[in-house]
Amino acid sequence: MANKKQETKQKDPVVLFVSEEKEPLLGKKNRKLLSDPLDDNNPITVQVLGICSALAITVQLKPAIVMSLSVVAVMAASNVIISLLRNLIPNRIRIIVQLVVVASMVILVDQVLRAFAYDVSKQLSIFIGLIITNCIVMGRLEAFALGNGVWKSFLDGVGNAAGYGLILIIVAFFRELFGSGKLFGFQVIPDSFYEMGYVNNGMMLLSPMALITVGIIIWVQRSRNRKLIEKH
Amino acid sequence: MDLVNLFVKSIFVENMVFAYFLGMCSYLAVSKTVKTAVGLGAAVIFVLAITVPINYLIDTYLLRPGALAWLGEQYASIDLSFLSFIMFIAVIASMVQLVEMIVEKFAPALYGALGIFLPLIAVNCAILGGSLFMQQKDFTGVGESAIYGLGSGIGWFLAILAIAAIREKIAYSNVPAPLRGLGITFIITGLMALGFMSFMGIKL
Repeated sequence: MANKKQETKQKDPVVLFVSEEKEPLLGKKNRKLLSDPLDDNNPITVQVLGICSALAITVQLKPAIVMSLSVVAVMAASNVIISLLRNLIPNRIRIIVQLVVVASMVILVDQVLRAFAYDVSKQLSIFIGLIITNCIVMGRLEAFALGNGVWKSFLDGVGNAAGYGLILIIVAFFRELFGSGKLFGFQVIPDSFYEMGYVNNGMMLLSPMALITVGIIIWVQRSRNRKLIEKH
Repeated sequence: MDLVNLFVKSIFVENMVFAYFLGMCSYLAVSKTVKTAVGLGAAVIFVLAITVPINYLIDTYLLRPGALAWLGEQYASIDLSFLSFIMFIAVIASMVQLVEMIVEKFAPALYGALGIFLPLIAVNCAILGGSLFMQQKDFTGVGESAIYGLGSGIGWFLAILAIAAIREKIAYSNVPAPLRGLGITFIITGLMALGFMSFMGIKL
């Protein structure tokens, strides 16, 4: 929750309205908005947002990538819309307004997936719908889009969704590789390995291993990046 | 007997946290002490047990293809199921508002302890997940869906209670620095989920 405090500092209105005009579209600050969520401020491993719908669909790479793209689309669009409306939304009902905006975006994505990628949409089952309640979307709307300009919110949405997608894809990569010896459904571990006695680790396909994989990712990330370590 | 079976299954076998990872955000964030965990867990049970049957009624009589047949012949062909996300989330958001008001009135201390997480129940994936699974499972009556909602709520409660108790203990042990906090919690949850897999296939 320390991150929330940092963000409230960024909400300083002077910085907002003055620098927004002068800064180039992809200035240093804006690029930071995009790159920060990939590592230092990753939504999954640092902000602890959006784990809910993330892990169940990481058995294979393909649904994980489709899911990441859907989240990028939903987050970018809803961040922009909420940021446009930010001065009109009464504070008391903002959660409902946010939910309605996000839900409409998710319905759009869901219908598009059903029309153009029906098998993947079947595989993702309820998890597309669960993007609505994915804390990452609401969390960023609350913490960022409500207090920042349109372009910045767009970048923040894309950046955070990309950070989310990154973890999703890493987890899916390892689970598919070790669980079924395939990537994108094509076999990558050569037959000679199997002849020598290599066996796919079926446990990677079970849901508990997704949690443990994320735990290990956190371990690796935090031992590289010491400042992220928690006291307890 | 079917109801008992459904109840047990929704608590243990199809546990929201361990089998589907639903409600992980608040599960990880509020599980630092047992007391707040119990409060949030109770709120989740309550909200799930109410919203799932209400959403079942809305789904059966308003949204599903042919659901509007009770209005008359000419409405029977209408399919409003694409609206289900918005309808479900609206029901959930208003129920959460209700719970929030009740808790604020009758348990102000708990209200203070839960803080931001009470309104965030609205975006707890376990709640919407319960309704969406209900829609997928084709329950035959309000009773079944209510039992399912109650069962998955209790399952979630059990999960957060267990992890909170473990985290209170683990504060005293020597965890490798980079794993402290979030990392070890993930791994413990994974191990617990492995344990819960042994319930698979149980039938009463």
